[in-house]
Amino acid sequence: MADHLEAIEGRTDAADPEVGDVAIQNYTINFGPQHPAAHGVLRLVMELDGEIVERVDPHIGLLHRGTEKLIEHKTYIQALPYFDRLDYCSPLCMEHSFVLAIEKLLDLEVPIRAQYLRVFFAELTRISNHMLNLGSHVMDVGAMTPNLWLFEIREDCLNFFERVSGARMHSAYFRPGGVHQDTPLKLLTDIADWLDNRLPRIFEDAISLVADNRIFKQRNVDIATVSRDDAIKWGFSGPMIRGSGIPWDLRKSQPYDVYAKMDFDVPVGTRGDCYDRFMVRVEEVRQSVRIMKQCLNEMPEGPIASLDRKVVPPKRAEMKRSMEALIHHFKLYTEGFHVPAGDVYVATESPKGEFGVYLVADGSNKPYRCKIRPTAFSHLQAMDFMAKGHMLADTTAILGAMDIVFGECDR
Amino acid sequence: MRAPAPAYTANDGVVDRAGERLGANLLSSLDAVGEVALTVDRETLVETMVALRDTPGLEYQQLMEIAGVDYPERPDRFEVVYCLLSLTRNHRIRVHVQTDEEKPVPSVTGIWPVAGWLEREVYDMYGVLFSGNADLRRILTDYGFRGHPQRKDFPLTGYVELRYSEEAKRVVYEPVQLAQDFRSFDFMSPWEGAEYILPGDEKAKLPEAKGAPTPLKADEIQKADAAKTAVAAPPATPKVTESTAQTGAGKATPDADPKPADPDVVKKPRAPRAKPAASGDAPTAPKPRTRKKPDSN
Repeated sequence: MADHLEAIEGRTDAADPEVGDVAIQNYTINFGPQHPAAHGVLRLVMELDGEIVERVDPHIGLLHRGTEKLIEHKTYIQALPYFDRLDYCSPLCMEHSFVLAIEKLLDLEVPIRAQYLRVFFAELTRISNHMLNLGSHVMDVGAMTPNLWLFEIREDCLNFFERVSGARMHSAYFRPGGVHQDTPLKLLTDIADWLDNRLPRIFEDAISLVADNRIFKQRNVDIATVSRDDAIKWGFSGPMIRGSGIPWDLRKSQPYDVYAKMDFDVPVGTRGDCYDRFMVRVEEVRQSVRIMKQCLNEMPEGPIASLDRKVVPPKRAEMKRSMEALIHHFKLYTEGFHVPAGDVYVATESPKGEFGVYLVADGSNKPYRCKIRPTAFSHLQAMDFMAKGHMLADTTAILGAMDIVFGECDR
Repeated sequence: MRAPAPAYTANDGVVDRAGERLGANLLSSLDAVGEVALTVDRETLVETMVALRDTPGLEYQQLMEIAGVDYPERPDRFEVVYCLLSLTRNHRIRVHVQTDEEKPVPSVTGIWPVAGWLEREVYDMYGVLFSGNADLRRILTDYGFRGHPQRKDFPLTGYVELRYSEEAKRVVYEPVQLAQDFRSFDFMSPWEGAEYILPGDEKAKLPEAKGAPTPLKADEIQKADAAKTAVAAPPATPKVTESTAQTGAGKATPDADPKPADPDVVKKPRAPRAKPAASGDAPTAPKPRTRKKPDSN
């Protein structure tokens, strides 16, 4: 009852509390920057009406390391390892855009085996990235077990990366002109065996726990629905745009390396909610397995990097015998190669979406400008309209389904 | 194209169609390295973008990226690059706009809301202003950061560094101090026309120390040699190696003659020496040398 009527009747609020006695304001809380469900250092300034999210203002940049500025002061080959450190959950896919951009400016031919190896390990990276994301998404909405199982697979992937490049995460394996070194045959057979037995067993087990789970669906279905128009306007890409029902995959529509020869399907969602995005990623893992098996079947023998000695350094054994090789090695690891002037924008399908590199070369041995297009930037920006009207607890599901990694977002 | 870069629809006719539609707003176009780049007028950018999005045959529905580039030598030093993508035609295009620190670029947030953060980033990194962006705050740099770090005149190390101060119990900012000089190697070969002075070469230009002999010039040496040969031609004894006596094999010293005195070795007691006829007045009076008695080495 209104206050002035109560005053007339001589009653007080404390004696007779009713709805509307106390005016409640919206309040603002900080989500993060050190919240386990923020997937890194994300600070969300949220305006809440009770438990309903009214407005979200993501503050990013807490992991900004000035990568683009650093790259301007490094030679092209020295700049490559910075890309591993962008999205540290899928390092090889980050390198992929950069080496393709350099090769496009140089107009450099890459041997076919190197292209197969790149596609093969890019898909392995996709699997390891999705293992992390699917697991943490499931954990964010309350389930524990699948995350532990999926980390088993991720651990296997990291062991494979270590066996091929020597490093578990920051591989620096893709190089302009090819890859750094050839894979041992035993590694390829081990991965083939793993693809046939261990991966499907653990993965399907883990997904079967949540895919049809009633609680998991209650937490994800119809949460943060994004229409096709919104997905286009907000610059979505990768599983986010496919979850909204647009069959857009750069591996299919703008094939690079040997993706044109690969036979795989592009899964799309029907409703554009968090559950669709989750299931799109699940299906992408299965398609990645298909692509990897095709690579293993078709991969020819041959050189693993371009034989252009003005770009690709010679192998160490050759250096021990040939003076020419020694000179090339010395020049390439001190001065590096010069890239003809020009600018290109090269985008590849990283596990999180379109990862692009806008590279401006001025004819010297260092990039004049290297703008990195992170996938997370456009997705996280949409957080405001996606979370509006949902409960506070849903923001973790929305964030989990976005697949954000701050190394890439903040650069 | 030989490189395995992402392959999309060919660029055929895109420049012509864009030129027809945009008219005078299109300042220049470039089709290089397999990519189309349009440089357009800054004032009418929004109009241009709407045309690029809605014209059949162009249909660039998605804005993927806005990149700033700094060219300090240009009058309009900044370039803002919009990377557009057509989902229906499967094609990419770049739109370039030039501006400086003061002239604002019209914001395209009305067409693509994704431009909000992308413009904020260009503003943060370069200080380019966008008119019509309702939320032009810094985005990647620290709260309270000053300067625009991606400009070419901003040093790589920055101006301030921060640390946690145990005394103040908080993070403090201090002017940056480098334990080692910042090293920027340049790889210009001196044989390929480097235009700077190589380390050590600057000494060639310095005035010489007082009393040092003036070095001979090439023509003076030639003249001296000519005079010497004219005065006393050395006896022509052809050098042969037919016997051990001629080669000096088996001897303790190759020459039978005693070792010439070293003028630099100071002996005791020191005898007053004649002025050594060394280099001091060489150019005017070249002394004819004999092979038997070199007085200096």
